[in-house]
This record gives sequence, C-alpha cells and structure tokens, in this order.
Amino acid sequence: MKDVAMVSFAQRQEAAIPNESEVEMMIPLMEQAKDAVGLTQRDMGFTCSGSSDFLAGQAFSFVMTIDGTGPVPPISESHVEQDGAWALYEAWVKLQCEDIDTAFVYSYGKSSPGSLRDVLATQMDPYYVAPLWPDAYAIEGLAARMLLESGKVSERQLAETASRSRLNASTNPHAVRTEQKSVEEILAEPYLSDPLRPSDIGASADGGAAMVLAVGDRARSLCERPVWIRGIDHRSDAHTLGVRDLTSASSAAIAANRSGVGADRIDFAELHAPFTTSEAVLTQALGLDDSVSVNPSGGALAANTMMAAGLIRFGEVFERIVRGDGDRGVAHATSGPCLQQNLVAVLEGE
Amino acid sequence: MRRLRRPTGVPALARNEQSVVGSAPLSDVRDPGEGRMPQEVLQAPLVLEYPFIRTTGPVLGRFLTGLREGVVLGVKRADGTVMCPPLEYDPADASPLGELVEVQQTGTVVSWSWGGPLRDQQPFTQPVAWALIQLDGADTTMLHAVLVDGPEQMSTGMRVQTQWREAREGHITDIRGFVPCSDEPDGTSSAKPPSTVDLDTVEPVQSVRTPIRLSYSYTPGRALSQYLHAMKEKRIIGDRCGETGQVFVPPRGVSPVAGKATTETVELADVGYVESFNITRVPIATRPDLQPPYCSAWIVLDGASVGFMGLVINCEPESVRLGMRVRAVWKPDDELKISATNILGWEPTGEPDEVIADIECIGRVGPQQKGGSTS
Repeated sequence: MKDVAMVSFAQRQEAAIPNESEVEMMIPLMEQAKDAVGLTQRDMGFTCSGSSDFLAGQAFSFVMTIDGTGPVPPISESHVEQDGAWALYEAWVKLQCEDIDTAFVYSYGKSSPGSLRDVLATQMDPYYVAPLWPDAYAIEGLAARMLLESGKVSERQLAETASRSRLNASTNPHAVRTEQKSVEEILAEPYLSDPLRPSDIGASADGGAAMVLAVGDRARSLCERPVWIRGIDHRSDAHTLGVRDLTSASSAAIAANRSGVGADRIDFAELHAPFTTSEAVLTQALGLDDSVSVNPSGGALAANTMMAAGLIRFGEVFERIVRGDGDRGVAHATSGPCLQQNLVAVLEGE
Repeated sequence: MRRLRRPTGVPALARNEQSVVGSAPLSDVRDPGEGRMPQEVLQAPLVLEYPFIRTTGPVLGRFLTGLREGVVLGVKRADGTVMCPPLEYDPADASPLGELVEVQQTGTVVSWSWGGPLRDQQPFTQPVAWALIQLDGADTTMLHAVLVDGPEQMSTGMRVQTQWREAREGHITDIRGFVPCSDEPDGTSSAKPPSTVDLDTVEPVQSVRTPIRLSYSYTPGRALSQYLHAMKEKRIIGDRCGETGQVFVPPRGVSPVAGKATTETVELADVGYVESFNITRVPIATRPDLQPPYCSAWIVLDGASVGFMGLVINCEPESVRLGMRVRAVWKPDDELKISATNILGWEPTGEPDEVIADIECIGRVGPQQKGGSTS
C-alpha cells in the first residue's frame, strides 16, 4: 500500500455565483491548487472530478469543465456523479494501482440556478417516491422526527449544533452563513419543515474545490507538511428509506471503523452534515467524544456546496493540519437521502 | 470594425510547434491585457424535462397493477416479514423476492414531517404532511403524503388509511394520499377490506410514466454572454490563449490547450472554410425547420484555431466539399437578437477552395489560425 497525501487545496464557496459558467468558476481554483505545488496538468498522473448534471440542468455538463484542466495532449481522466470526496477516493485507488505518483481532484456545484431541495427529489426511488416530489427538507424531517422522538437528541441540542456552526463559521472566509445566533434565538425560529428549523438546514452555496494528491517522497518534495490519508473507506446503506433505521448511519459506522477512526487520538473532525440532525447521527456513528472538535469550519451547515462539500471537508482538515492546529483529523462525506452513503478518512500530518 | 482576413505573421508558440499549419498572430484584440470587457452576463429560464417511461418488471408491476385495482400489495421476505412497497430483492441480503401478499389499507404513521407550502411538482392540491407509514400487515414503511390541513393534525403513531384517486392507471399517485382514521384498537375502519380482485385476470401494468420537470435560471457565463451580445451586432468573437496564441470560438473563457483562463477576446471574420460536413437525409421530429437534405458543417473561421458547427445553405448539399469557402448569412438587421440564431447558415463565397494540406489536421486544434493558404 502506497502512502498517499494531500499536498494542496483550493476552495471557493459563495451563496450564489451567478455570473460564471462552471468552467469559469473552476479555472482559478484548478490553477491555485496546481500552482501551490508548482505542478501543471502534464505532471498529473490521473485526474478525477465530481459534479452533477441535475444542478446545472445540462446533460454531460462535466465534459465542458474538463477544458479547464488543459487536456491537451489527452489526459488520464475520470468523473463521478458524486461529491468530490468520491473522486478523491477513485484517485486514491488509482494511485495505489498504477505507476503514478500524482493525482488531481476537483469537484463543484452551482445549486443557485435551480431549486436544490426539489432537484434532490430526483435522487429518490423513481417508481415509488420521486413521482410524489417530496423535497429534501421534508425527507430529512422524517429522519429528524425519529431521532428526536427516540430521545437520541433534543431540539435544544440541534440548536446548539446550529449555533456552534455559526460561531465557527465566523472565522471561515468561505462560509456563507456567519450571522451569529444564540440557542434561544434558534429555538425561537418557526419551523421551515417541521421539525426542522431554518438553522437546522445547511446553507446552500455555489462553488467548488480542487486538490492535488501525491505519493510518498513525491508528496514530501512538493510541500512542507503533506497530510497523509491513513485510512479511507466508503459504504452505502439501502436506498429504500422504509427498510433503514434513520436514527443511525450504519454505513458511516462501518466506514469509520475500517478507516481507523477510534484507533488513535483525533484532534478534529470535519463531517459533511447537511442538517444538524445529520451531525448528531454522524457524531454517534463515528464514535466521536467531546475531546474532538467537530466541524471547526462551521461545516456544511455554514456552506453546503452540493458535490463539493465532502471534498471541502478533506480540505478543511488538510489546512488545519498544515497550519499546525493539530496532527490528526477525520474527514467525512455523504451522499444520498438521509446519510445513505458515507465516506470516512483518517488524515494525519507528516 | 476591421475584419480579420488571412492575417500574416508568425507567432511564437509555446506548444505544438511541430504542427504549425497557418500563419499569423491575431490582431484586432479587444481590450488587450485588461481582461474581459464588463458586459451584462446573460440569464435565461431553462426547463429540463425528461419524459421517462420506466418498465416495471414483475414485482413492481404487480404492485402498481394492484394500486390500479385499489389494493395494496407487499412482498414476503425469507423471514416471513412483509415489505411494502415491495422490491424485487431483499435489501438486507439481495435475495430475490416474488411472493406478493395483500396488506391492509390502514396503517400507522411511524414518522412525519410537514412539507410547508406546496412545491411546484407535487401532485397535490394543498400542502401535505409527509409520512413513513407502516400499513397493517406490513413490516416496513411506505413514504407517502398525509392529507391534513396542518401539522397540528399530525402525530407519530396516528392511524391513517388510503384515499384513492377515482381514475387510476397503475401509479404510486393512484393513492391520492392517506387520511386520518380512528379504527384503533378494535376496528371501525372505513377502509376497504382485503379485495377479491383477481390480479391474474386483469391487464398487468408493465410501465409507468415518471416525467421529470425542473426549472432553472441558466447562465452561459461571462465568455459566452459576450459572444452572444456580439452576435446582435453581427460580430463573431473568440477567446485567445495567452500561452499559445490559439483562438477558440465560441469562447468559453478557457484555453483547453493551456488549461488557463483566457484574458483576450478576438474579433473573427464571418467567413471561413468547411473543414468537414455531413448531409442529413432524415427529418428530426423536434426540428421541423430543418428540411432534409441539409448540410451540417464544421466551419473554420478565418482567424480561428478550431472549427464550429453551422449549416451550409443557399447551395445544393451535394456541392459542399472540404475546403469550400463560406460566409455567414445573417438575419435581417431588424431581427437581430442576443442569440447565436442570428446566423441563419453559411453560404458559398465562390472564392477558390482552401487547400487543406494535411488531412491529419482535420478536426484537430490548430496551432494558430487554420487556413493553410495565404493570399
């Protein structure tokens, strides 16, 4: 098994980026991530991206964004219709399997042109559920009520999570929801989709992220403190909501176990929790105790850039370790309704 | 505005020196070195529709046939429990399932949420509650709507029953929704008892209509907005790569050769040559304006490094050939819009054909402008 590290990262998240095409939005990030380690596209052994046509409203939209990488001469490339964290996973596998020592990963999403909560209805079972067009908040509301009524979490605890996200986001230049609110203020919010309040729901954002991965000594030659991927795994629960226990995320628990969460001290965890309820379920599934700083960036509650929020969790851990805020962190990404699919990685500084 | 036509000179190329075909640096650079000229970035409504018709297979088809006939079916799992709605496989171990059994039309709300104001696509007439409903006789839950006036009428554990549509076709929306009922504990249910319909004797449902319709406000971005604005003035602009000098049209704000943002726009001639073409002899149902036979061509404008698509018009399709010189046929001035449709097509200029010296270059990105022959 090769040691694979993150060596550079760039991100951009804004409430809306209305004036740029996807490729126009991504080029500066791609350049920034490559320039940081002095690499060009020709140095990349593999390139993988993540995006979704349903956000852009355009079939095969990702093929236009590839131009931003500079695929002349042709590059070794792949795309996942998933969050960029899964593109990172594919790149990690490729680095393990092939005689290459660098990879470029990027992902992006512009949700503002459409209505994300409705677009997400199209990911539901196309026979039984999608024709009813339940929006994403209503779906999460079903899990939230089960969670609340099971006693695993209280509305106050959810409000505390929301309030802490806003506080942490205040020092994150990429967060879009930074207005401070106390727990009491959040509890006073009327329900948006009972039992979810506006502050329980991740702030939708447009944006993207780009990252360079490198192997072993190549990584050490590219940056001062590579952040090593010590363990990584992803698992999926069933798609049918009716056969799952929505108060837990067994796929996240398995992925956490297999990636080595719990084997050693963790300084911080960046969890891709699109809702406060998701964070409650994930904290439990990953077995994170109070010693772990959860979502010091504010997390996806502060900026939920569809298709990039998971990769950005990796980037947030990377930047904290590079800065010296800590040595070991957990990055998590999710996809699908109610935390159906979960990817977990343990990351450690050189 | 000066039109580029057979420019001369030899540019310094950062890449692909071996494939220099033409000549010429690009002049007529607008806004040199200052970035893209600020101009209104366009937005337009975009509706994405997929008229999906899905085949159902035997299990889902049987369930939907049941809905059409007013009965609800589940499927038996190996452990004897019943999953409703049924799947063809057990999500726990992927074992195939196929024994369908009727379940009751009453059930219990296991969880619920309030949807808030009705969303555009939702097949209801007023806001609904969403619920996971465990029907009596089933061991899993079904997601559906509960038709009540507000969240205060909802509670976990409440009893509900099906409310059917009058006209049913074998679709999940044949159940209009669920409505509260009070049959607990000893049953005064007004729901239908298990039916006597023999599903083997009725026409089985084999497909289901599940159209998707989503609305967007689409932006083509800065580069294409500028391109479309220029179209209104019968101008064609491209993007110039800062590294290689190559010119791309339509502009996308990026040089795919360098993988860098482009910073210069270039005005191109509205004349060029046919680099490739095909003749279509069958009609396209959604394009009644395209009467076959018609000729689609890959047209390389003078000053451009790549070709782009256009129709060759005002000549017999059979007369079109590689290297043929063509010029844009614009709509009348009073019909010009901010739109690429301002170019009706491309007609022969009658000039001598372009000499395409190296057939291998066809379809490739040229190092500079294509157009091998110089005047």
